[in-house]
Amino acid sequence: MVKITFIQHNGTEQTVEGTPGMTVMEVAVKNQVPGIDADCGGACACATCHVFVEPEWTEKTGARNPMEEDMLDFAFDVRDNSRLSCQIKVRDELDGLRLKVPAKQF
Amino acid sequence: MSDVIHTDVVIVGAGPTGLFAVFELGLLDIKCHLVDILDRPGGQCAELYPEKPIYDIPGYPVVSGAELTKNLMEQIRPFGPTFHFGHMVTELKKLGDADFELKTDGGLHFRCKVVVVAAGGGSFQPKKPPIPGIEQYEEKSVFYAVRKMEAFRGKDVLIIGGGDSALDWTNNLQPIARSMTLLHRREEFRAAPDSVNKMRELVAAGKMQMKFGQVTALKGENGELAGAVVKGNDGQSFEIVTNAMLPFFGLTMKLGPVADWGLNLHENLIPVDTEKFETNIPGIFAIGDINYYPGKLKLILSGFHEGALMAQQAFRIINPGARLMFQYTTSSTNLQRKLGVAE
Repeated sequence: MVKITFIQHNGTEQTVEGTPGMTVMEVAVKNQVPGIDADCGGACACATCHVFVEPEWTEKTGARNPMEEDMLDFAFDVRDNSRLSCQIKVRDELDGLRLKVPAKQF
Repeated sequence: MSDVIHTDVVIVGAGPTGLFAVFELGLLDIKCHLVDILDRPGGQCAELYPEKPIYDIPGYPVVSGAELTKNLMEQIRPFGPTFHFGHMVTELKKLGDADFELKTDGGLHFRCKVVVVAAGGGSFQPKKPPIPGIEQYEEKSVFYAVRKMEAFRGKDVLIIGGGDSALDWTNNLQPIARSMTLLHRREEFRAAPDSVNKMRELVAAGKMQMKFGQVTALKGENGELAGAVVKGNDGQSFEIVTNAMLPFFGLTMKLGPVADWGLNLHENLIPVDTEKFETNIPGIFAIGDINYYPGKLKLILSGFHEGALMAQQAFRIINPGARLMFQYTTSSTNLQRKLGVAE
């Protein structure tokens, strides 16, 4: 099991567990993490699963793919550490991953 | 616009489930009108993933959302459905014992015997960027769609986004605006290359400005926008003068007016039975992603199945006392005539 912590805009933290192969979005939705709307169900087609990767984890989560970069045009307050959580696959190396959830996905 | 449209069935939503319902109802000689907030058929298949491959449609090892929509349109053509695009059904109520009345935000007025809610995740509505205080400017100087181009004549227009809507409206409104600025978060645009080139030509000719960054605050009072504060990609803030701002951040699904129609709801879904897919109000059915029953799977194929069973009960409501004979399209000359493939 890989532990992932979601930090809400108000500072509340929620740590949930995922299995390698799932996407971080799927882990969030399965555990009803607020603020991960995932309108499109993981097709990288809506930008409503936007998260900010905590700085110490950006290297391990890696770079955005081109489709994700395009889709982030539909997110708000896009930063260098912005990712769409449907495009991050859970891996053993990500155990302990910390992500901030934006105030509002829209 | 106040003429009442009389029909057997109004289908709310023209996604794959709503489209295939036309087929199943059509085989039973039931005529349909469809209403959809988008400007074309396909629902999520058209709006969210037209080019993405779908692998779980029976009989298609792989099909794109756009192809599936095109094929469904072809399949239902013999039944001559009437489409009303760009409309959202805002009101639905029961009139007396037998009829329903529906009204749309665009002024359409229907009377029908059966309503089929095939609204998927709800209505597609523009995403509203969470800029502090933006609400006070909405519909006064911040707009999420262009309804009348004339409203932007002589304005200092600021368009935000890098997709087709943003680029198309930049190019179309530039000639009538007093000034035009396009703001985008990066130098790459996902819009069609033609419209990006056209915009770059306008910039080169000094007819408009292109800026990079993201809006962090708005300035103005009493709903009259005066400017937008932008954080540039270099971290420096600057201001853009504008009295008409158009943010284009795509669409998101909201349940919308469906919640006000007196239907029972279960976590924003409409509970139905699994024999007829009827809601708590007899004569109103819910099929596809918007319904809920134990074991529900949000798959396109589930929506197709639900539509077929719904049509049986719709027939009984529309033709009280008539006998419904089950027939196959492979062997029934009667059905083949309806499909236009038999004499």
